[in-house]
Amino acid sequence: MNRHVLSVLVENQSGVLSRVSGLFSRRGYNIDSLSVGETEDPKISRMTIVVKGDDYILEQIKKQLNKLIDVIKIVELSPDQSVFRELALIKVRTSMETRASIIEIVSIFRANIVDVSNETLTVEMTGDESKIEAFISLMDSYGIVEIVRTGLAAIERGNRQIINHKKYEED
Amino acid sequence: MKASDAIVKCLLNEGVDIVFGYPGAAVIDLYESLRKSKIRHVLVRQEQAAAHSASGYARVSGKAGVCIATSGPGATNLITGIATAYMDSIPLVVITGQVKSAMIGRDVFQEADITGATESFTKHSYLVKDADDLPRIIKEAFYIATTGRPGPVLIDIPSDIQAEKLEKFIYPDTVDIRGYKPTLKGHPGQIKRAVKAISESKRPLIVAGGGVLLSDAQSELTGFINKSRIPVVHTLMGKGAVPTQNPYYVGMIGTHGFAQANIAMLKSDLLIFIGARIADRAWGGIGDKMKKDAQIIHIDIDPAEIGKNLGPNIPLVGDVKHILTEMTSKTEPLDTDDWLEELRSHRKTAQHAESDFVNPKYAVELLSKKLDDDAILVADVGQNQMWAARHFEDKEGRRFLTSGGLGTMGYSLPAAVGAKFAAPGRQVAAVVGDGGFQMSQFELGTISANNLKLVILLFNNSRLGMVRELQDRKFGRITAVELDKNPDFIKLCDAYGIKGVRVTADSELEAAFDKALKSKGPFLVECVVDCNECTL
Repeated sequence: MNRHVLSVLVENQSGVLSRVSGLFSRRGYNIDSLSVGETEDPKISRMTIVVKGDDYILEQIKKQLNKLIDVIKIVELSPDQSVFRELALIKVRTSMETRASIIEIVSIFRANIVDVSNETLTVEMTGDESKIEAFISLMDSYGIVEIVRTGLAAIERGNRQIINHKKYEED
Repeated sequence: MKASDAIVKCLLNEGVDIVFGYPGAAVIDLYESLRKSKIRHVLVRQEQAAAHSASGYARVSGKAGVCIATSGPGATNLITGIATAYMDSIPLVVITGQVKSAMIGRDVFQEADITGATESFTKHSYLVKDADDLPRIIKEAFYIATTGRPGPVLIDIPSDIQAEKLEKFIYPDTVDIRGYKPTLKGHPGQIKRAVKAISESKRPLIVAGGGVLLSDAQSELTGFINKSRIPVVHTLMGKGAVPTQNPYYVGMIGTHGFAQANIAMLKSDLLIFIGARIADRAWGGIGDKMKKDAQIIHIDIDPAEIGKNLGPNIPLVGDVKHILTEMTSKTEPLDTDDWLEELRSHRKTAQHAESDFVNPKYAVELLSKKLDDDAILVADVGQNQMWAARHFEDKEGRRFLTSGGLGTMGYSLPAAVGAKFAAPGRQVAAVVGDGGFQMSQFELGTISANNLKLVILLFNNSRLGMVRELQDRKFGRITAVELDKNPDFIKLCDAYGIKGVRVTADSELEAAFDKALKSKGPFLVECVVDCNECTL
């Protein structure tokens, strides 16, 4: 079961998110994360969907997504030619004794502290999944109060644009 | 212009002259506009029938069928009909009323989220939020329903929007949907590969599916078969794609198909699937036994069907009609004499034994002989479906309609209503069991009110016969399949003003059919069938 990152252009209309997510649950596809937002064209939204599955499942996902009238284009982004980022907000339990060492780790990870209280410290960090996982596992020993993650956002490196990809087609 | 008038004007622009529906509070404006128009409205007795009738109408007319229901229960009653159409790729435009826009989401009287509820079996759906969007939405709905792989499209219109005024009515000439551009022409390179594979094969076999009929490509298929000399089998949905008398015709495949057709699938070295999605009932049990080195060409307009149930060597996306025309011109005749001879040797002719009951297989055979060459037969679901599919002879102008994908009991009566409205000059017969009949029995009202000249062939075995057979085979006993307190169907029809006869022996069938076909209105032929009668 490989992980695949799909970038999907959809019409920016109500009901689209439900159609896309409904398709995944209905057909039994595993979805790791889904993030969505408006693009440079306000009529179009872009979804980044992280899925797990073998080649057969991946092809089915692409084809079934493509059948949705609101879906404009689907492109699978390869890890070596794309930038993957996720934002996480992590609230960690702190005390006088632990605060300094947490701040040290935060700075090693180039993360930001966005909120401090007597008992907690909230860290904002961006990175690919492995960086966030690594940070979370380090924070585990201090006591994690809450985690909020956005899911992956992905874009291709260099001059490449999703618009220039051919629409997904069976050749 | 008032929005409800605009809706009717859009329907007229799409060539709609008949709609099937059931009114309610959330569609009263639309109904008032319909009343003033030339569009005929057929009042069904339950909304599910409106969807099935629209589906029967669509299958025979080749146009999108239109049905209308009110919000809440009206809309939810349509669901089975919509799902039935979706599974068989039938173009429907379904219009539902919705509660007032401002009330949506408050669980008010007769509110149901119908776009949400039908999400997984509509091709697309709209919840109208602005009356000015109506012309575009209706234009798109008909376009989406009828192009590419056809299917049902639902338009949910809140009642306040129907009463609004449009600033200006402009019906668009064209449709441009970024995410919807069906591929119609086959890829030339793939066609070339397919033609090459065909020329190299020794035992090619065409498997025709419902897509041939949806594409109206029966004559193109016959042309391809006659030129290439390739034998042909078909799925349940593909019944009627090739006339039974065609010299290359082998038979229907599948769990209830003919042995010679299934054997042909196993022995072929090149299977050419045309407009077939290779569903479990057609393919079940065959896939594993098929020759491992057999080549597969899969022609379908829906790329998502290719590779879903079977990995083809040569996928070919496009409209069957277009691709068959291309392939016919490029294919040279093959020498299939030995292969055909071998296939014929597997053919068995069934013998009908005399019994104390009506033999339903013989009854369908006889009806088939009596019916015109352009008759339409609508089969329900269960044993009667298979008796009808196996024994109704396909001819060039004939049509066979059934719920193949969803397998919806109660489909036949309302679908026959739609078929009759689509082709008033042709004979329409419905074949139904006593279970399915009672699921849509209320449609006797619609049939009677419109004096539709239908022949209803009812096989009464006081059982849900196919389930009985399954239970018997698996558990050696039966449960919950006995319909012992069936009504007197002749009296029931009489109450609706519908004539009928009860037939208890094969010898009475001929006279009964003659009477039915001469009748000026609907006519029921009830056959008393042995409760232990087998499907095959």
